[in-house]
This record gives sequence, C-alpha cells and structure tokens, in this order.
Amino acid sequence: MLSSKLSCVYPEIWLFCLSCLALMTDLYLKRWAKWTTYFVSQAALVGVMFFAFGLIGKKPSVLFYNAFIMDDIAALLKFMIAGIGFFVCMYSRKFVFESPHYRGEYFVLCLFSILGMLVLVSARSFLSLYLGIELFALPLYALITMLKDDSIGPEAAMKYFIMGALASGLMLYGISLVYGITGSFAMPEIATILFQNPALHANPALLFGVVFIVAGFAFKFGAVPFHMWLPDVYEGSSIAVTLFLGTLPKLAAFGFAIRLFSDTFLALAGYWQGLLMVMAVLSLLIGNVAAIAQTNLKRMLGYSTIAHMGFLFLGLLAAPQQGYVAALNYIIVYTLMALGVFGILTALSRSEYEIQNIHDLKGLGVRYPWIAFLLMMLLFSLAGIPPFAGFYAKLFVLDVLMKAGHMGLAIPAVLLTVVGVFYYLRVVRVMFFEVSDAQPVHAYRIISKPGVALLSLNSLAILMLGIFPTPLFNVCSGVFAWR
Amino acid sequence: MTLPLLSLLIWLPIIGGSSLLLFKKESLAGWVRGFALLIALPCLGLSAYMLHAFDPTRWQMQFQETHTWIPNLNIYYALGIDGFSAPLIALSCFMTLLVILASYRSVKVRVAEYLAAFLIMQGLMCGVFSALDAVLFYSFWEAMLIPMFLIIGIWGGANRLYATMKFFLYTFLGSVLLLVVIIYLQILARQTPGIDPSATFNILTYHQLSLSLIAQKWVFLGLLIAFAVKVPMWPVHTWLPDAHVEAPTGGSVILAAILLKMGGYGFIRFILPIVPNASQAFASGMVSLSLIAIVYIAMIAIVQKDMKKLIAYSSISHMGVVTLGFFTVFSIVQRSGSESGAVMSLQGAMVQMISHGLVSAALFFSIGILYDRLHTRLVNDYGGVAHVMPVFATFFMLFVLANIGMPGTAGFVGEFLIIVSAFKANIWYAAGAATILILGASYTLWMYKQVIFGAVFQPRISALKDIQGTEIVLLLLLAIPILTLGFWPAPLLEMFKASSEHLVGQILQSKI
Repeated sequence: MLSSKLSCVYPEIWLFCLSCLALMTDLYLKRWAKWTTYFVSQAALVGVMFFAFGLIGKKPSVLFYNAFIMDDIAALLKFMIAGIGFFVCMYSRKFVFESPHYRGEYFVLCLFSILGMLVLVSARSFLSLYLGIELFALPLYALITMLKDDSIGPEAAMKYFIMGALASGLMLYGISLVYGITGSFAMPEIATILFQNPALHANPALLFGVVFIVAGFAFKFGAVPFHMWLPDVYEGSSIAVTLFLGTLPKLAAFGFAIRLFSDTFLALAGYWQGLLMVMAVLSLLIGNVAAIAQTNLKRMLGYSTIAHMGFLFLGLLAAPQQGYVAALNYIIVYTLMALGVFGILTALSRSEYEIQNIHDLKGLGVRYPWIAFLLMMLLFSLAGIPPFAGFYAKLFVLDVLMKAGHMGLAIPAVLLTVVGVFYYLRVVRVMFFEVSDAQPVHAYRIISKPGVALLSLNSLAILMLGIFPTPLFNVCSGVFAWR
Repeated sequence: MTLPLLSLLIWLPIIGGSSLLLFKKESLAGWVRGFALLIALPCLGLSAYMLHAFDPTRWQMQFQETHTWIPNLNIYYALGIDGFSAPLIALSCFMTLLVILASYRSVKVRVAEYLAAFLIMQGLMCGVFSALDAVLFYSFWEAMLIPMFLIIGIWGGANRLYATMKFFLYTFLGSVLLLVVIIYLQILARQTPGIDPSATFNILTYHQLSLSLIAQKWVFLGLLIAFAVKVPMWPVHTWLPDAHVEAPTGGSVILAAILLKMGGYGFIRFILPIVPNASQAFASGMVSLSLIAIVYIAMIAIVQKDMKKLIAYSSISHMGVVTLGFFTVFSIVQRSGSESGAVMSLQGAMVQMISHGLVSAALFFSIGILYDRLHTRLVNDYGGVAHVMPVFATFFMLFVLANIGMPGTAGFVGEFLIIVSAFKANIWYAAGAATILILGASYTLWMYKQVIFGAVFQPRISALKDIQGTEIVLLLLLAIPILTLGFWPAPLLEMFKASSEHLVGQILQSKI
C-alpha cells in the first residue's frame, strides 16, 4: 500500500530532487551551466506533468496524517502548473540568458516556487497549506529583484515582501482563531465540526478567523482591497518574472480557494460568499477603471488581472458545484491568455530594452504583422469578445451566477467588461492604427521560428478553445465529478 | 444528405478570407482581388440558389441545420432561415461582392487584409441572420465588430481612431445586456414545464416563453439597448455619423447596407415575438423615438456640408421609418382591428430595410467614386460635375431619387407601405412619417444640385474623368435591383408575407 500511496507525491519528490540538482549544476558546471540548468528545470517540469497526468482519474488518497490529499482537482492543477511553467521557462529562456544580470537561480527559484504551489493545491490541513503558501511566495521575493539593476525592482520586492508578510501574519492569526474554536488544523475535521454545530456559525471569533484567512487568500490573488502590491510588482519586476507572476500563482490560488471554501468552510458559505461578493465587485470596478489610466503596459495588465480575479470570484461564489467548474474553466483560460500576452512581450523584449509602455508597441502591426495579430487575438479574448475562449469562459461564469440568482451581480459585471474593452482596444489601436512615418524607435528582438511557432500555438489554442469550448469544460467538470 | 447551404454561406467566406491573409505581398494584389472574387461569386450563387429554393409560403424555419456545440449548457450550432432572414443574407453576399469590385480602384494599401476582413465579415453577417441559437447569434453578432473595427481603424480617414473606438464601445455596450437577457431567458426556459429541455438557448424556444409584464419590460429594455444602438435610433445614433465618415467606402457601404439592418432584424427576431406585451406597452414611446429620428435627424441632415455625413444622417432617418413600421403594428390592430394592415406595415418595414440597404450603399459608392478622384467629401468643393462626368451624374440621379422615395424606385415601396399603414393607426403618425419625403427631398436634392449642376468653377473639376470599367459595372449592378424592386416588388413582398403574418399572430398573442 505504501508504494501506491507514495506515488501520489511523486510530482513533489521529483521536482524537489531536480530543483536541488539544478542548483548544483548551476554552481559547479561552469561552461554549460546555463544550458544544463535550463534543461534540468525543463526535465523537472516535464516529469511533474507526466506524474500528475498519471494521477488524474484515480481515487482520492490522503497521506501524511491527513495533511496532504491527492485528488483529481489537485492532479489537474499540478499538471497545468507544470505545463504552464514549462512554457514560461521556454518563453523567457532567451531573454534570461542574454540578460547581463543573468543568474542560474532564476530557474531554480521558479522551480522552488512551483514546488510550493504543488504543495498548496494538495493541502489537507492548515499546516501544509501555510507551508505551501510560504514556499511559493518566498522565492518570488527574490525573483522580483532579479535580472535588473534599477531601484524599482527592489522597491517592488520590498513592498511585496512586507505586504506578503502582513498577509501571512493575518492568515496565521485567522488559522489560530479557527484552531481555538474547532480544535483542529485538519480541513475535513473542521468542516465536519462546523456542519455538526450550527451554533458555532455565529461565533464572532470563528468569523474573525474566517475573515482573516480570506484576507490572506485575497492578498495572494491580488483582489481589491488587497491589490495594492500587484501593479507595482508587475511593473517593477523584469518582464520574464512578470511572465511567471502573471500566470502560475493564479492557478495555485485557485487550488487554495477550493481547499478553503469548498473543503473547509462550506458550512459557512453564507458568510464568505458575502465577502467574495464585495471583493468581486470592487475588483471589477477598480481593476477596470484604474487600468484605463495606465500608460505602462505591465501596470495596465496588472490592473486587468485584478479585474479578471473579480470575475473569477463571481464564479466561486455562485454555487458550490457548477460555480467551481466555471471558475476553474475561467482560471485555466485566463492563465493561457496571460501566458500568451506576457510571452509575446517577453519574446519581443531585449535586456537593453524591455517592453514597458503601451506606445512601445507602436507600429508592431507593420513590423511583425503575425505577432501583432496573435497579440490582438489574445487581447480580444481578454476583453471577452467571441469567438475567443475568454468570452465563453465569461459566459459559463455568468450562466452559473445567474442560475444562482445573482442577477444584480451579473449586470455590473458585464457593464464593467465594456470598460475593460476600452483599454485592451487601446493596445490594438497602438499596434495597428498608429503607424508612424518615422523609423520605429525601439528595435524589437527578432523572434526565432520555433519561438513564433510556440506563440502561435498558444494564441491559436485560445481561438480553438473558443470555437470548441466543450473539451476543456468537460475536463473541468470531470475533476469535480466525484464531489 | 442535403447540402449544408447555410454553413457553406458562413464558412466559405470566413475560411477563404482567412486564407487570403497568406498572400500579403503588395505585388500579388491583382491575384488576391481575383481570388476574393472567386470566393464571393460562388457565395452569391449559393445565396441566389437559396432564394430560389426557399419556399415563401411557409413561415417555418427552412434549411435547418443542428449540431451539438456546447452540450453542457444546451448550446447548439443551430441554423435556419425564414422569410425575414433569407433576403438579408442575399443582400450581404451581394454587397460584399460589390465592395470587392469597388476595391479595384479605391484600395491600394494592404489589399489582402482589406479583402480578407470583408470576406470574414460576410460570413459573420450570414451567421447573424441564420443563427437560431441565441449564443451562436451573440457570437456572430459580437465577432463582427472585430473586422469592422479594423476596417475603420486601418483604412479609415483622418479621425479614424476616435470613430472606430466610439463605434466599438457603443455597440459593445449595447450588446452586453443582450447577453444577460439571453442567459436570463435560458434560465427561465429551464424552469418552464413543457419546454424542450435540450433547446433552452434556442431563439424559437424564447418565442414560446410566457413572461410576466414586469419581466417583459426589463427584457425589452435590455434588448432595446442592444438593437437600438445598432439601428441606430435617436438618441443613441451618435456613433454612426462618425463611423460612416471615417470608414473607407467599403466600410460605409457594409455599415449602411447590412450592419444597420441587424438592429432591425433584432427587433423582429427578438423583441417583437419574445416580449409582445412589453412591446405593446412601450409602442407609443418607440413610435415617438422613430418619429423624432425621422423628422429631427432629417433636419440635421439638411445642414450637413460633408456628403458622407449627410447620407449617414439620412440613413438614421430612413431607419426611423423601419422602426416606425415595426411599432405602429399595435395601434393598427387596435384601431382598425385588421391584421392585414399590421402585416402590411411589417412587410413595408422589411422592404424598407432591403431598399435602404441598396440605396444607401449606392449613394456611398457614388460618393466614394467622387472621393477617389478629388479626395474631398465636402459639398462645396464640387460643382458642375455633370459637365465632365455625365454617365456618373445619371446614375447618381437615379440613386438620389431612390433615396427620396420616388415611385418606380425601391425607396418608394417600403415608405409608401409604411405611411399607408400608419394612417390606419393614427393620422399624426402618418403625417410625421410623410415628412421624410419632403425633408429627404430637400437635403438630397440640395446635395445633388450643388455637386452635379452649376458651372464648373474649378480646374480640378474640369479635369475629372468619367466613370469607366468596374465603376460602371458596379453602379449598374446597383441600379438594376433598385429599379426592379421599384417596378416589381411583388416577389420581395411575397417573401416576407408568410413570416410577417406569423409574426403578427405571435405579437397579438398575450404572453402573460
């Protein structure tokens, strides 16, 4: 039995071993260090994908004294995290290698952060949850300062670190309160206790605990009012790091949400749904409106992320079962879109000149018509316009939201989408319509043929998932089927 | 297996248009144009075959195709056409062909992308007119904004950035509420017993839903915003003059001929059959808005100095006649109790949509021909064109008369039917609607007089060359249907008859 149970943690074990190996090769192999570190990292992620894929569809199993669970949702999220991590490393490889501030730790830190995410999505107790969160956040603090030597990077990292520490503190305090009331760290136990004792539901200490934990969670997602760090960090870090930050943590945070809301506090749904509702509307409002005013492309995408998280929350709060499916579908589609957008920006950037501002893309439609076309598709998808996947993801969320009777949330959500369209279109406008007669100011990197092929694959996947949204949706509802 | 006619009409131009994007070299422009014609011609042939095979005596959906698309939400790839949509599909295919012909002379940069955008648009427009599933409809409806946004933004005039953003945001704002309404109706359909549970997103299912008056009113308002922006009705019309003026000729033609018709199509496919009681409750308000559009917008048109803007305002005014035709139906039945009057009003509105599509397109093409030569659209920059371009002046005269609603042209039939039936409703409605004949004549003839007649006062006008080759073919292709429909509108009326009668039946049935 032990061996079959242990196979559930193969992804983590494999990733941990190869991360250490990558660290070593980077230290001791001088000449081929760059390439070996890169290939070891990619091998690590491919291995995780392989193991995680093998675990999809198995019966859920619990390990380590109820601290770790391997179920379909965890397996799918691990597979997606590793797969997207694989693309992130590929997209950023050239940029990272050419950077004068290159350090092999870039890949190693990415791997360790991903390891933290894997632990997080499998958490079955608050201890392993916290372990996962910290392991996933700590490497990020260092990553943000990497590959640059200006003062914005450390400032962003400092900000993220202090705010992150505060959020962790809040969350720990909340966990301790919940522990004080229920006497347990284990999620299923807490859930049972809450279901059996309705009298506890009005206990202020418990509710405070829930609020603190939700606040910590909202911080990780970057939802309003815990969003302040997000645009600064997106802007302050190097584009390769933004690529990482903008994609993977969203998937991990979704796993966090499922563990928290569905596995632990389902009995208190009435309370946290209200919290999510407020945060969702505020995120949609502030994310979309603030994005209009940005001239910095990375900041704008940061605010757009906040808005998308608002939409995700709408899915989470809608209904226990179908709501999660729609939310999972939304987050996967969003991550693929963000991967494409940041991937294109990374591919076009050079270490001497990073794409920072919207007007840096001026005339891209003339110089790289195909890349600009791909970016345009992704932006239209982010804006939620059919026939791209972003629209159908929104449709599924709106459908469950309205089925749950939240008409009053659906209308502001769609109206704020219109605000969102404005700033995405502005980028399209700069790329295609504002063609300057003068020579282009900034020389983009020439993207290699395989690079173009990868980016095309990524963007066309968004189109295909739009025209045929069913397969992904079936996968998403499949992983929730046993619940 | 029967030929999937509607799918072919949708996907042939979309796939063909996308493949044009592979030939972006400017030196290949000639081939690209030929290839685009090679796609557009069979489409027109297919749509002609569709009109021929269509049975106008039945109101039921014909050429239906149904495939599973998103089974989890009961969303289907469901297509079908009735008497309302068949002529609009044919009009879309016809107009795209003309736009491709016109591009031979007027488009010189990025030819492949230009033609690809229009071909993709054609497929999407056919999709809008043939979709029976609400989500499919919405997908086509929204996706169409993307090529139009690019057409105005890339090939447009000086102020194109402003115009194209305004166009996109205005129409997008209108249609997001359409999405909410679609989902709401779907949820309602799930809860209603006796409704086929696998067709909850089907538009025809929505037609059978019973709704309380208050729900109907909300649904009405949600749908109205979407379709009123598209028509456009006063006071949400302000995007249209900007978009028309800045768009390239082809863009203006498609906007005027097809896109505006989608708003009207939305009224007859969604608003009237789904929420008849609310439509009745709001009918007098809608009639007032239509009359304001007819009279007030026509007065605005009188003071325009820019020809394209003038025609744009004239379009809004003429579309006001269409919405008037839709909403007088209620008072006609109330006053006279005759359903045939209501049917006539609807038929008139539909004929007006088709004829306005032809006439406004013809006017925009004519203005485009002048613009290609002198690069100005201002009325005052012209004068005495008849002396140097007699053939053009003749064609232009015909189109101008059609715009006024001269008997014998297509413009007359629809307006006449609507005004006559409006008399049965309320004499003031008819009086208001009839002013379009006077006001329309005043601005259109004034423009014609200024541009075409008078002495040649500028050397650059005396240097103008008359139309030739493709331009003559183009204007001839427009003149023939305008005259034919003017003298012999019976086939078109016949086309709308069964569907209009069915729609009137639906409207009169209370859904509360």
